[in-house]
Amino acid sequence: MSGPLLGLLGVEALPLAQLVAILDRADALYASGNKKTASMNGETVVNLFMEPSTRTRTSFEIAAKRLSADVVNVSESFSSAKKGETLLDTARNLDAMRPAVIVLRHGSSGAANMIAPHVRARVVNAGDGQHEHPTQALLDSGTIRRHKGRVEGLTITIVGDILHSRVARSNIFALVKQGANVRVAAPRSLLPRGVEALGVTAFDRVEPALAGAEVVMVLRLQQERMNGGYIPSLRDYSRFFGVNAHNLRAAHPDAIVMHPGPMNRGVELASEVADGPRSVILDQVAYGVSVRMAVLERLASATA
Amino acid sequence: MHPTSLHIRSARLIDPGQSRLEEVDVVIEGGKVSRIGKGLATPTGARVIEARGRIVAPGFVDLHAHLREPGEEGKETIETGAAAAAAGGFTALCAMPNTQPPNDCRAITMLIKTRAREIGGAHIYPIGAISRGLAGESLSDVGELKEAGVVALSDDGRCIMNARLMRRALEYGRTFDLPIVQHAEDTHLSHGGVMNEGVSSTRAGLPGQPAEAEQVIVARDLILVEMTGARYHVAHASTARTIEMVRAAKARGLPVTCEVTPHHLVLTDDACLGYDTATKMYPPLRTHADVEALKLGLADGTVDAIATDHAPHSANQKHVEFDCAAFGIIGLETALPIALSLVRDGVISLPRAVELLTWGPVRTLSLPGGTLPEGAAADLVMFDPDFEWIIEPESLASKSKNTPFSGMTMRGRPRLTLVGGKVVFDADGAAS
Repeated sequence: MSGPLLGLLGVEALPLAQLVAILDRADALYASGNKKTASMNGETVVNLFMEPSTRTRTSFEIAAKRLSADVVNVSESFSSAKKGETLLDTARNLDAMRPAVIVLRHGSSGAANMIAPHVRARVVNAGDGQHEHPTQALLDSGTIRRHKGRVEGLTITIVGDILHSRVARSNIFALVKQGANVRVAAPRSLLPRGVEALGVTAFDRVEPALAGAEVVMVLRLQQERMNGGYIPSLRDYSRFFGVNAHNLRAAHPDAIVMHPGPMNRGVELASEVADGPRSVILDQVAYGVSVRMAVLERLASATA
Repeated sequence: MHPTSLHIRSARLIDPGQSRLEEVDVVIEGGKVSRIGKGLATPTGARVIEARGRIVAPGFVDLHAHLREPGEEGKETIETGAAAAAAGGFTALCAMPNTQPPNDCRAITMLIKTRAREIGGAHIYPIGAISRGLAGESLSDVGELKEAGVVALSDDGRCIMNARLMRRALEYGRTFDLPIVQHAEDTHLSHGGVMNEGVSSTRAGLPGQPAEAEQVIVARDLILVEMTGARYHVAHASTARTIEMVRAAKARGLPVTCEVTPHHLVLTDDACLGYDTATKMYPPLRTHADVEALKLGLADGTVDAIATDHAPHSANQKHVEFDCAAFGIIGLETALPIALSLVRDGVISLPRAVELLTWGPVRTLSLPGGTLPEGAAADLVMFDPDFEWIIEPESLASKSKNTPFSGMTMRGRPRLTLVGGKVVFDADGAAS
């Protein structure tokens, strides 16, 4: 059993029981084809997206609509940030219109943590800087469970820009919590200092990190990392850290390959793998709606 | 207002500058300490203050304060900064030059000194900019700054990254007997960082500044100190290896000193995990191992002074996302209780704590005062080391309220602060 969900700022502070309850409910919703329910009828969900996003915003919007909530999308181009309003003021003003939930995507780590104590609405972190992206990690765990039947005991390798990735952080917290053996692999310039303290094993080569892995998560490499001097070139990165059919042979024969999107085809992941039989990338997207429905539903029931 | 005569009865006098620790009366006349001794007679018309065993010490001297005047008077002024100093037991402050415009010329130095004199509170000792406009490119008019009264040179807030300019600053500073105070931070290494780089920054997903950013500059500077023979002071030393390097340099006889802030002695980078922007400062809060090394440095004499790095910022610059928030916290009014907490924890003795706030800083930059022999100007503080109080930012004297200690209960607070015999802070007006 787990108590009510009062917000979702990150996976780190999410109790395991709560995490499992969300995934169990998401499984049921997924099995039902994400059938429309009336559980948020009359409630409003505000998607406050201060950073560009197509997939996550759409996924939250569809999830909220399946629960019969009214959805308002406030995106970067219409936001007040450009007029100099602070995030806190924007959040308080939206909150004054009494939404049940504010879904926040923001470029600063801790942005959701910052607004949560100042608004009445439940806050869902839809990605904050380099900190967390909890619903992504939940949908990743759910996808792994659907394909592998469990998370506990699996060897899971995350390859890519661990240093700057909120997806990596949330997944590390979620997977370690569920008892997986988590490996991270990146050039040392993209491995955060002290990452082992989060309970993972760090590698600076892809092949040994993939050896025997049952799940391979490939992260997006943001092009601007080159300008920061973290990698010499996309070409060099792709050659030594890209996941392809060749180096994937080291992984478990039944390994699945995941990517949170959006993908740089041919940079961090070869097209033949992305479109190949091991890829579960579109399953992740499909399950994402179920997970976000489960999260919103739990928040709404905690509000009522 | 003429200073009145005062008779402080039965105080525990701690004056490390004279290695003095005894229960005495202190009599103040004409703005000076006229007599120190047991059972002294009260001069005619003098106000009698019963110390009842509370501690009397030389007024504290802060090597590192940002008073924001001229240019950012919304954050602090020389007047409010002096009031915060008085409430914290400080009777002298070194004012960092990163005002707007920066203190890189005689006119600004004179302005600061004139304003301080008009206000008549804590002594303000301006520190002049090393580089013109704090731009890190060419030397300020160092000779003229010295003539106008600066006590040291620093581009604090910015590191002198250019080694050639640093060499020239040390040489020119030595020529005019002005120590160079370095904000040691390799800005290429620290680029974009908003907290210490380590497990906590990894957890929080905040860009980190490695401890090495401070260390590589100190290492480079120590080589230049050896080359030039100039006096060099490390501002807000924050890492274990910085302390190690200063210790080794001192052992070799180099003219090197360093200061540590109160907050780096009691907080670690774990404090940033909640994204409270009051925990964001330069240099960033470091790890537990660093804190322990700083404490050891206090105890073994490697650290010369506790300096506040008092850095007022308006609420608008702090009530924003962590990565957008201004760096720095206020510190004048919380320095004493933090120093006393180290005494209670057995890190340092009470006389050593007082030394780090008085004689230590005075010797570091060759400042006047810092000790109370008979005949000295009566710049002194009387404090109650056990007075318990809750830090309420709204009731602090500083114009800005950015403190990470908000809501905390602390022990130790000044009851009375005198500058030149004049009462500038009196917590119990009824004590007379």
